[in-house]
Amino acid sequence: MQDGYFDGPGPEARFKAFLAEGRFMIQRSRATGAHVFYPRVAAPGTGETDLDWVAPSGLGTVYATTVTRQRPEQGGDYNIALIDLDEGPRLMARVDGIAPEAVAIGLRVRASVGEIKGEPAVIFHPVEG
Amino acid sequence: MTLRGKAACVGLATAGCGEAPGRNAMELMAEAVVRALADAQIPLAKVDGLFAATAFHSMAAMSLAEHLGIRPAFSDGSNIGGSSFMAHALMAAMALDAGLINVAVIAYGSNQRTAGGFKSISEPMPFEAIYGPRNPITAYALATSRYMHEFGATREDLAEVAVAARGWANLNPEAFARGPLTVADVTGARMISDPLGKLDCCLVTDGAAAIVLTRPDRAKDGPRTPVYLLGAAMEHHHRMISAMPSLTTTAAAASGPRAFAMAGCGPRDMDTVQLYDAFTINTLLFLEDLGFCAKGEAAAFIKGGRIAPGGALPVNTNGGGLSCVHPGMYGLFVTIEAIRQIRAGAGDDEGPREAGGWIPGAKLSLAHGNGGVLSSQVTSVWGHGDTL
Repeated sequence: MQDGYFDGPGPEARFKAFLAEGRFMIQRSRATGAHVFYPRVAAPGTGETDLDWVAPSGLGTVYATTVTRQRPEQGGDYNIALIDLDEGPRLMARVDGIAPEAVAIGLRVRASVGEIKGEPAVIFHPVEG
Repeated sequence: MTLRGKAACVGLATAGCGEAPGRNAMELMAEAVVRALADAQIPLAKVDGLFAATAFHSMAAMSLAEHLGIRPAFSDGSNIGGSSFMAHALMAAMALDAGLINVAVIAYGSNQRTAGGFKSISEPMPFEAIYGPRNPITAYALATSRYMHEFGATREDLAEVAVAARGWANLNPEAFARGPLTVADVTGARMISDPLGKLDCCLVTDGAAAIVLTRPDRAKDGPRTPVYLLGAAMEHHHRMISAMPSLTTTAAAASGPRAFAMAGCGPRDMDTVQLYDAFTINTLLFLEDLGFCAKGEAAAFIKGGRIAPGGALPVNTNGGGLSCVHPGMYGLFVTIEAIRQIRAGAGDDEGPREAGGWIPGAKLSLAHGNGGVLSSQVTSVWGHGDTL
């Protein structure tokens, strides 16, 4: 393990700091090349302490999707999806730019950093064409 | 070294199932313990092992021991959601077999319904919370969407699970939700989180439960037919739904075979099958993962009323979490139904049910617990003394 690996802000704080700069960053193990999300202190399963921060392509595919039903006066229906990034990891997110119920499994999507309730958040939109 | 047959249930009870206005979660849990000990005819002072988990008490075993006025020599309050109680049975069997304790009580209590509705024990999930999931339903809806996509299952297929459960509830006067229910009723109910509608979801009730376990050498002294823990096993691999490796295969695919291996029997030997049905998808996933049918085939497997009253495989014979009782962490009720079916099969008086509600001569029951968001899976197999 390299000196200072555990020093400074933890992985969640670093992830959020990147987000605040408008950057969506994930981790990658130097030894295996495997990408990791959500941010961990060590590679899941092996414990390797060799995780670097890298920028993913931002491309992914909808793995599962649901529409949370909500009265219009409370904000209306909204989408929640699980996205498989092209790099491998899966994350929960929202797909915007399309009706919540039109989000289909297999849909190709691209990440951007938007905002939910005043907080920066990774949001996906359908890939054009 | 095996735990097969090393612990026996000699008493059990529920309390306040449905609605229990005016009584708090601890009072309901303590009532269930007192009733279960009366069922076993074992004095409270003999209880030296205590196992409890609820959504209302961060240290449930301590709170319950204090309320009862006992001093356990061994206790465990591990909380792995609704599967906690199958894990407690495994832990109790270990402690009994090791001679650490002589009489174990496993207990649970909740007054969530009269206290204002669904009571979550869950902290917000990091990296998920910002998207507004309404767990647990969001997680189960996501799993359902994936299951339907991979295997072509339909909302009507899911509805069959709810209709079968209601069929059993209609034979059980203790069940909370009774009355006719059709597939069209289920698919036509208000959508909560696509593709799950209101009637794909478990009940929100009050209720408490307790069981009493002893070593087999003492089990035959009591008034009730002892029911033996033949096998139990657990596994979990995620806490957040986004971290579940495959949304269509649960850890039951690992816990089930290990529990059956300890028990020395398999899915086809089960006389009754009790599965934690928090949502309709659960029953399909667990029938597959526990080996009753192949992956992706549960919808076809249950067609034609196979798991409903009169069908070939009695599943969730109390009416399940969907129609009998679901106070938040339903696992101990799953276990109790598994054991009661065996006691009734041996001729014990388990109270009235409509014809077919008790499975004649049942000697082997599966009790499968689920915790979190399809996260923790704990399988247990219970048997009559003849199966030892």
